[in-house]
Amino acid sequence: MNTFEATRLVAAREIRVKLRDRTFLISTLFFLLIAAAATILPPMLSGGPSTVAVTEAAAGPLRAAGLEVLAVPDDTAAEQAVRDGDADAAVVAGPAVLAMNDAPGDVVSALSSEPPVRLLNPDAVDPVVAFLVPFAFAFIFFITSQTFGVQIAQSIIEEKQTRIVEILVAAVPVRALLAGKMLAGTILALGQIGLVALVAVAGMAFGDSGGLLSLLGPAIGWFLPFFLLGFVLIASMWAAAGALVNRLEDIGGVSMPVQLAVMLPFFAVIFLNDNATAMRVLSYLPFSSPTAMPLRLFTGDAAGWEPLLSLVLLLVAAAGFLIAGARVYEGSLLRTNGRTSISTAWRERETLG
Amino acid sequence: MTTVLRLDGVDRSFGDRQVLKNVSFDVAAGRMTGFVGGNGAGKTTTMRIILGVLAADAGQVTWQGQPLSREVRRRFGYMPEERGLYPKMSVREQVTYLGRLHGLSAEAARRGTDALLERVGLAERGDDLLETLSLGNQQRAQIAAALVHEPEVLVLDEPFSGLDPLAVDTVVAVLRERATAGAPVLFSSHQLDVVERLCDDLVIITDGAIRAAGSREQLRSAYTMPRFELVVESDAGWLRDQPGVTLVDLDGARAVFDLAPGADEQPVLRAALERGPVRAFRPVSPSLAEIFREVNQ
Repeated sequence: MNTFEATRLVAAREIRVKLRDRTFLISTLFFLLIAAAATILPPMLSGGPSTVAVTEAAAGPLRAAGLEVLAVPDDTAAEQAVRDGDADAAVVAGPAVLAMNDAPGDVVSALSSEPPVRLLNPDAVDPVVAFLVPFAFAFIFFITSQTFGVQIAQSIIEEKQTRIVEILVAAVPVRALLAGKMLAGTILALGQIGLVALVAVAGMAFGDSGGLLSLLGPAIGWFLPFFLLGFVLIASMWAAAGALVNRLEDIGGVSMPVQLAVMLPFFAVIFLNDNATAMRVLSYLPFSSPTAMPLRLFTGDAAGWEPLLSLVLLLVAAAGFLIAGARVYEGSLLRTNGRTSISTAWRERETLG
Repeated sequence: MTTVLRLDGVDRSFGDRQVLKNVSFDVAAGRMTGFVGGNGAGKTTTMRIILGVLAADAGQVTWQGQPLSREVRRRFGYMPEERGLYPKMSVREQVTYLGRLHGLSAEAARRGTDALLERVGLAERGDDLLETLSLGNQQRAQIAAALVHEPEVLVLDEPFSGLDPLAVDTVVAVLRERATAGAPVLFSSHQLDVVERLCDDLVIITDGAIRAAGSREQLRSAYTMPRFELVVESDAGWLRDQPGVTLVDLDGARAVFDLAPGADEQPVLRAALERGPVRAFRPVSPSLAEIFREVNQ
């Protein structure tokens, strides 16, 4: 049996245990419900064709366009119907379209022959969506890396706390233990957001926001590799933090830097997402690039080569943190008396590997 | 030529403190070797080095003449001093898992687990979560976990600590089986009476250095003066004046005494018979505790 096989066994156990964890199952279900609700409900609520108040004589073309027609005796009654809220719009002699505060596009198009349209900035995004999408990306990365990072730390502490770790280390290489945990965490995290993404895409298709889907598609596509590497980065820190303590109660003290490394980029992306310079910087910094770069791609601000460069930077950072995290893990795994300092863990390379 | 697990000149320091000094001894196949020493003498460090959990600074450990690699060590069974299993996993599942980590196929791990749980009396509780078992049963699960892959070599650090008497008997029986099957078994213990009852060979470590190693009989003859017990009818205080005799214990008509090297016990017996009837006269084997005390002096 080699390291790879051992890694697979360790990862399989972690996943098996997690899939039986009720908290995990319920939280996954909760995310799926949110994803479904967020994509299906808005079009349904805002949906339906406009109601047009119009004299019977002029109703023909409007009916043909599939609009709801409210037949009124004259133009005055039509205007009154709009003012009373009985109709969204009215068509009066002229012809002119009346509406309260929002030009009813579907009524206008029903009455006009439209020239071919060529959009010069097709990616310009509805401001509401432009606010929600960055929030969704940042939120998913924040919650998921937090949840599964903590899970990796907990699993490491459990093995130290119950002392089973010495049996494990005698049987398999330390790096296989760590790799198995990281692999399991990554698979579970990707599995969970994959499911959420699937439900969101299905919801958008079902809720007829096809336009949004085609806009979001590439951003989601880029989000996955960024998410993967960003997760490895955060999870390495959690692994090191977990290895430094011996009891679950002590995790709070060592996890502060990790929490900050997740939290600060989260708020930076949320609050600075309309500041182009700040976003450009954030989209290259390893801790914020997993959310900031897909976002710039979504708003169309990033050139084609930018995500690749950012991804390479993130890869280097993730690899560096993984190596450092593994070293701290190896150096502190068998120190079961109290908390180990990072410098001690760094110097101790006890096991034969 | 017996196959042995051999430690050869093993040194180990933690910082400035040298905890193992040129440690060398053999653990012969098919024999139970007791490993005794005070707290902090280096027993756990030695065992961790055998298992590769710790690296030695110098020296080496070989099994059947081969230096230990991870592949070889994977066929070892190890019970660390500080032990535990996953509280939220069933006994069967985690013993199987440990079997697989030791290189067993899924099928072999399953079979090994079933057989061992039966053997340690846990077959009925196999599917229960470990945390729901009594402490005694958790210890049995621990034994199953150490033995599931039918190890070629067994290294057990304080296997009897915290065990109830029934569990001790189970462990002793299982270890004997493994030894009889040809495995070298090295175990440490604070309970010298248990070691005395169990071990064929003995290794005594003091302050990081091996003070004595060999079969129990060898050590007995090497480390104690010939000792006898004499029971007569009346007070045995006269023994004090016999040449070559050192009284160890005197309780009226019963006396325990050591003979100086080269002195013969027959003149003492004759002297006793001259004074009256002799009810008992026999050599006394020193207990392990006495050997241990003497070695540590």
